Amino acid sequence: MLSGLVDGIFSGISLGSVLLLAALGLAIVFGLMGVINMAHGELIMLGAYTTFLVQNALKNTPLFGIYIFVALIAAFIVTAIFGLILERGVIRHLYGRPLETLLATWGVSLILQQFVRSVSWQLVAIVAVFCVLFFGAMTIVARRTDFERIRGWFLAVMLPLSAVSAIAVGNVLGATYKLAFTKEWFGARNVDVTAPRWLRGGLPVAGTQFSYARIFIIVLTIACVVGVYWFLNNTPWGLRIRSVTQNRTMSACLGIPTKKVDALTFALGSGLAGLAGCAVSLLGSVGPNTGQNYIVDTFMVVVVGGVGKLAGSILAALAIGTANYLIGSNTLVDLTAPIQPLSDVFAFFSTISMAKVLVFALIIAFLQFRPGGLFPQKGRTVDA
Amino acid sequence: MSYENATLEPMRADTASPMLEVDDLNVYYGESHILRGVNMSVFPGKMVCLIGRNGVGKTTMLKTLMGILKPRSGNIKLDGKSIIARTTDQRARLGIGYVPQGREVIPRLTIKENLILGLEALPERPKHLEIPDEIFELFPVLKTMLSRMGGDLSGGQQQQLAIARALMGRPRLLVLDEPTEGIQPSIILEIEAAVRRIIETTGISVLLVEQHLHFVRQADWYYAMQKGSMVASGSTSQLSNDVIQQFLAV
Repeated sequence: MLSGLVDGIFSGISLGSVLLLAALGLAIVFGLMGVINMAHGELIMLGAYTTFLVQNALKNTPLFGIYIFVALIAAFIVTAIFGLILERGVIRHLYGRPLETLLATWGVSLILQQFVRSVSWQLVAIVAVFCVLFFGAMTIVARRTDFERIRGWFLAVMLPLSAVSAIAVGNVLGATYKLAFTKEWFGARNVDVTAPRWLRGGLPVAGTQFSYARIFIIVLTIACVVGVYWFLNNTPWGLRIRSVTQNRTMSACLGIPTKKVDALTFALGSGLAGLAGCAVSLLGSVGPNTGQNYIVDTFMVVVVGGVGKLAGSILAALAIGTANYLIGSNTLVDLTAPIQPLSDVFAFFSTISMAKVLVFALIIAFLQFRPGGLFPQKGRTVDA
Repeated sequence: MSYENATLEPMRADTASPMLEVDDLNVYYGESHILRGVNMSVFPGKMVCLIGRNGVGKTTMLKTLMGILKPRSGNIKLDGKSIIARTTDQRARLGIGYVPQGREVIPRLTIKENLILGLEALPERPKHLEIPDEIFELFPVLKTMLSRMGGDLSGGQQQQLAIARALMGRPRLLVLDEPTEGIQPSIILEIEAAVRRIIETTGISVLLVEQHLHFVRQADWYYAMQKGSMVASGSTSQLSNDVIQQFLAV
């Protein structure tokens, strides 16, 4: 009985901390900036694939024991850079237009899913050549004073030209180096990350086992939450981020470089998604659809917690995680065994997918009573 | 048209060059022409008041000055240099302190954080983020509530905070948009006295949009707007009752 309860609480917290880690980046991007980023799940997936790559690179080297820390840093940097490109290239043009942002980022998420399926040296070469040609030409031409006037012509000429030459270069290289060049890096199949030896196994507590990997994720989550809190509340850039997210125009009037702040905030949120991906890769195999499994849950966490409130996200993640586990496992069925009808109801919902149904139903019911989430915004400025 | 007494003379230059010069500014909202060839100048150490009834383009003028709105044509010069191509945050760092209509205090930051943000306009961020005593001498009420949220203050307190915040960046030109709107009379007097003192002690220029006659009289010079154009200007000492009737929504 005791071991079952301890196990339930531990698993709930551990599930909640994965959710929280995945939602933390979104709490910044969606909660603070108000950007609906449907590609957040794919950023998590990219973080997981980065972990896989780092693991393969460090295999058979003395560093393998601590590869997970290298992977954390690499995942953060890779996804932060991806987020930066996403913000500069797409989202920047769509601030204040939530529907367009939703569609555009959803498109980006589909592109990223297909990208990891078909990425090979050939594809990388094609993309690189295209970027060098197109953006190189653009930087040169943009120096001309009449760039705005010839912009249409420039695009009409340079876009197909760069695309054709990039594909040609890719095909020539592919024909020369054959399979080594055209072979996909990951393919559509899932890949597996093996935890380093010290993360395998578990800590025996009260007749049950706490898996080291899950303890690692809980510690990582706590570190990330503390880090984000500290960054937002105690650094000059944190203050700027909080100011810009509340009142963009006035922040600019005070002399805050708002574009830089936007880019930094988005990169930070994306980097946190990368850390989440690193954690997720320890829990199971990683595939192109990994991000899809998390995106709905993470939005739920942010909405239930109260948009723009980190404390709310923390509580919501723990609550949703624990509820999911308690309903999905047989714990509640056992606890309510004396009351037959109640026990039957819980038995009906005690599979992972049915547990999700019940949790979503509960969330919908909860939002009827508290539409603003656990911690709604307060004060006289809420309606303004 | 009955402004026989009103004249459209440029502000007299008793010093070499104006702090702010607006030249033939045209601003549109979509296709509607809001500012029609506006000219004006503000000289160093002077307080200039922009008057006019509601909807004639006073706030649009200030927003264009800050770069929040983009003009279709015309030029704005700060201290002789054109700032028309600068972004809003660059203009703030060039020394324009802006107190907008409706105060725009950052609601979920504390008073202290709001004031610290005022330092962003300085060319170099100081190592020690301290709030100088002058600020509290001007607005003693702020000192007692540094850790409260900006959004929880009353309108008058928010106005004082917004002015204090603009002063933190040591601007060369302070731009105030209806600082007395919707504020109780005793606080209006306090704000008036504070603005007067700021000009005396720091020697900065002030550009003010105002409806409150008592405050308008504090200025050195007035510009009157009607339907997006400057229609009258002169020394406020010569501000006749006719002009007041014409341009102030009393």
